[in-house]
Parts: sequence; C-alpha cells; structure tokens
Amino acid sequence: MDAVLDNLDVFAEGFTRTVTLTLLAAVGALLLGTLIAAMRVSPVPPLRWAGTAYVQLVRNTPLTVVFFLVVFGLPEVDVILSFFQFAVLALSLYTAAFVAEAVRSGILSVPSGQAEASRAVGMTFGQTLRLVVLPQAFANIVPPLASVFIALLKNTSIAGAFFIFEGTQSMARLINANGDQAIAILAAAALAYLGLSLISSALFGLLERRVTVSR
Amino acid sequence: MVLEGVNKHFGTLHVLKDVDLSVARGEVVVVIGPSGSGKSTLCRTINRLETIDAGSISVDGKPLPAEGKDLAALRAKVGMVFQSFNLFAHKTVLENVTLGPVKVKGVKKADADKRGRELLDRVGIASQADKYPAQLSGGQQQRVAIARSLAMDPMVMLFDEPTSALDPEMINEVLDVMTALAKEGMTMVVVTHEMGFARRAADRVVFMDDGRIVEQATPEQFFSHPESDRAKDFLSKILTH
Repeated sequence: MDAVLDNLDVFAEGFTRTVTLTLLAAVGALLLGTLIAAMRVSPVPPLRWAGTAYVQLVRNTPLTVVFFLVVFGLPEVDVILSFFQFAVLALSLYTAAFVAEAVRSGILSVPSGQAEASRAVGMTFGQTLRLVVLPQAFANIVPPLASVFIALLKNTSIAGAFFIFEGTQSMARLINANGDQAIAILAAAALAYLGLSLISSALFGLLERRVTVSR
Repeated sequence: MVLEGVNKHFGTLHVLKDVDLSVARGEVVVVIGPSGSGKSTLCRTINRLETIDAGSISVDGKPLPAEGKDLAALRAKVGMVFQSFNLFAHKTVLENVTLGPVKVKGVKKADADKRGRELLDRVGIASQADKYPAQLSGGQQQRVAIARSLAMDPMVMLFDEPTSALDPEMINEVLDVMTALAKEGMTMVVVTHEMGFARRAADRVVFMDDGRIVEQATPEQFFSHPESDRAKDFLSKILTH
C-alpha cells in the first residue's frame, strides 16, 4: 500500500497522459470517423469503396501493428513527429474505423424517406447528411460511441510500449522499484482505469439522456 | 416535361417498359393503374430518386443531370409529395417548410418564416406551425408536405400516392388542397387511386399496367369509354363498389 500512497504523483503523471491521449484521439477519431461514415453512404462509388476499404483494413489490423506502422513507418517517408503526436495519430486512425461504423449504424437507423424528402427539396448530399440525417441519427450513435471511447481509453496503454509514459508505464515503473507490493500497485492501476471508464460512462449517459429528451 | 423510351429494371423485374410521356406547362396528369404497374416508379424517375436504365427524361427542355449540384438545383424546381409524408421528424412544422428555401435558395430566415406561415395558412394548418410532425394527424402532415414543396416555388409537382396512407376521412382535406392547386394552374403529375380526383381535376388520365402506358385520354373519355380491355377490366373492378 505504501508504494501506492507514496507515489501518487507518479500515477497522476501517467494517468493524466492517459486522459490527454484519450481526449485528443477521441476528437481525431470522431472527425475522421464521421468523414469515413459519410463516404460509406455517399452517392459516389469510389468514395464508398475507399471508406469501406479503410474500415476493413484498419478494423482488422491489431492496434500494435498500427502503432508500428505509424511510429516506424512514417519516419521512413520523412514524416517526423514527436512520439506523443505519433501515439495520438495511431490511436485516432485506429479508433476512426470503429467510430465510422457507429456513425454509419446511426445513419442507417434514420428512415430512408427522410433523406429522399431532403433530396427532393433540392438539398445536396452534404446538406442532407448534415441538416436532416445526422441530427436524427445522433441519438442512436451515442450508446455505441460510448463503448468505442471506453475501448480507446484502455487502448492508450499500447502507447506505453511506444515511448509514452502513460498509466500502465507509471504502474510498471513502480512495480520495478517495489517488487514486493506488485499486487497493490496493479490493483491501484486497475482502479484508476475503472474510475476513468465509469466517468466516461456517466458523461455519455448524461449526453444520451439529453439527446433522447430532445427527440 | 418529356419522357422518351424510358426503361427501368429492379434486378430481373422490368418495371418500366418503353414509357413515353410528355406533360405540358399547367397540365394536370393523373396516373392510375393496378399496384405494381410501375406508376410510383415512373413518378420517382422524374426527379431522379430512381435512375433509369435506358431512354431520356427532360424537364423544362433540359435533360436530367447526373448526381451532384445540377441535380439538386433541378430537384429544387420539382416538388415532390410522398405517400408516407416524410416530414423532417426533428424539425417543427414551420421549420419543415422553411428549411428548403433557407438552405437551398438562400432566402432570409425572416422572409422564409413569413412565406412559410402564409403557405401553412393556405393549406389550413397555420395554427400548428410550432408543433412537431409526430403531433399531427396524417392528413395534416400531408398538407404540411404540400406546403413544404410549394415553399420552393416549383414549376411542377409530383404526387406519389399522396392519400394512400391516410384514413378515409382525411383523404378529402388533402385532395381539396390538390384540387385548388390544379385550378391555380400548377403543373402536376399525380399517381393515385382516387378516381374522383382524377375526374374532377385531371386534364389527362394515364393508365399504366405492367410497366407500360396502356392508354391516355381525357377523364370523361377514359372513365366512360375506355379503349383497352385492360382498362375496362380495371375500371369495372374499382367502380362497382
């Protein structure tokens, strides 16, 4: 127990980075994922194919491999970023595939007559999606999105293997220094992840109640 | 509006077979026929909600553009009223009517609201402007849908079985609005099973069966002296009860 209580600052540093990684990658994944979902339902076949290819490719690749490709692949083509930026990028690219499918399922839940009426009024595909379909899809996107982002929170631990000092790395460092108290340190780390997940769930729960009321 | 040699398949089903049809400005054409005869599909090809496999369709002298900005511009000028209303569920009645003018034509919000309320008044539902579609009856919803189309100042309006999803007592309130529109000189293509409306408001009746236009005539001529056997058979079935 002492090893945990005496080193709260180490945990704090690690898990703060876990949270920052999660938030930044969540924003990136949300933007990219929505774009990919839009491509997958667009009337332009090449865009649909590209969107589908992205989802299938990325969703079926282990996150660790994505990290390897980003961290060691991009410098090969002269894209040099900090390890933190690489980590945000890898997590965003990976999570975007899952966000895209959550958004797409929401889009498909909106009756097709809504989009037809919108097109019949003269709105473009973009306007139809933005003004008519997505606002109605949102309530159905929130619950699966919560799962995607909680998975992202835990997936940030992979960044630990790529030179980022985040939650699991703070845990590893403390275990190395205090081998006799490994169980307590592991439990503390698990508790930290649990706490963060519960907070995300609660926030998404609030959001869900809001969008359901406004329907 | 001219359709020439239009053909359309759904998989192996040949739903439109060499359809030729032209509609003049100000004309009211009512399309009737048994279910599955292709009349709804025909109606939906005119603003390209359904694509066609062969033939040509032109509106106001110009062929239908491919998907994109030009097609959106054309659809803005071709009003469409659906069987299932398809009002925007997350918008109020007034917003349903003003969304198109504001977003597509760039009309100022205040002007669009004023015009929207006038149109709602014209179709008899001004008092419901701030409700949501789900709070309205089917007949009221369909009248909002008509107002939504009118708000775009269309040069032609397509009606795809506008009363088929309505309770019997609500059908007339919708048909009255449509009859008034026809009298005002709106160019209309109406797919319907309402023979009374066809008699009252149509300039021409088009009878379709099995993907083909079988017969075209004025309402008097069609209902009293149908030429084809298929039309006689159809009329005898629907007019005897």
